Amino acid sequence: MTAGSLLLAAASGGPDVTVSPTLSAILLAAAGAFALFAVALLYRVVRGPTTQDRIVAINVVGTNTVIVIALVSVAFGEYGYLDVALVYGLLNFVMSIAVSKFTVEWGGVI
Amino acid sequence: MTPLELLAAALVVVGTFFGFVATVGLIRLPDLYSRLHAASKSDTLGSVLSLAGIAVVLGVSTESLKLVFLLVFLFLTSPTAAHAIARAAKEQGIEPVGEGDAEEGEP
Repeated sequence: MTAGSLLLAAASGGPDVTVSPTLSAILLAAAGAFALFAVALLYRVVRGPTTQDRIVAINVVGTNTVIVIALVSVAFGEYGYLDVALVYGLLNFVMSIAVSKFTVEWGGVI
Repeated sequence: MTPLELLAAALVVVGTFFGFVATVGLIRLPDLYSRLHAASKSDTLGSVLSLAGIAVVLGVSTESLKLVFLLVFLFLTSPTAAHAIARAAKEQGIEPVGEGDAEEGEP
């Protein structure tokens, strides 16, 4: 693929790749499985017992959310949602670092 | 399904398996540090494999470039966040469980 056709694909709002119905179903099933894992992880968020346990569980729930957004975006051919997944991944990292920094004394982490 | 789509489906299914392993580890393991071990390694591998699977099916395009950025970003930040959390726990004086002092009835 040349650079010109790449730019054209970017301007027209996505590649003209449409995934087959079988692959689309597999991607949606995987997205559903990741959503179920996120719900199961809420047990650890509620149970604790320490703050750090909750932060880890919420971090993994956030990662699962990024995966679900990306999978659903490709399965339905709505490639604009990939930007949402990218931003969500960045915010998830900032959240983990901020919370782990502010649960200890100043100058502890980083 | 084309061979490329078969590869993508295989990567996504293996990624889902690793996501399942991470979930079981995070719920069942006895203390914070072993849970971090499950979360940082299995979950990173599961998410990276799933994203690689859907990047493969999109071919060379700006969309798969975005997915590769997301993949590299997750690969760098997920272990970093786990490290920061473990260090915060150590600073707070949370001790790992030793031999024989696992609580009874505690999953």
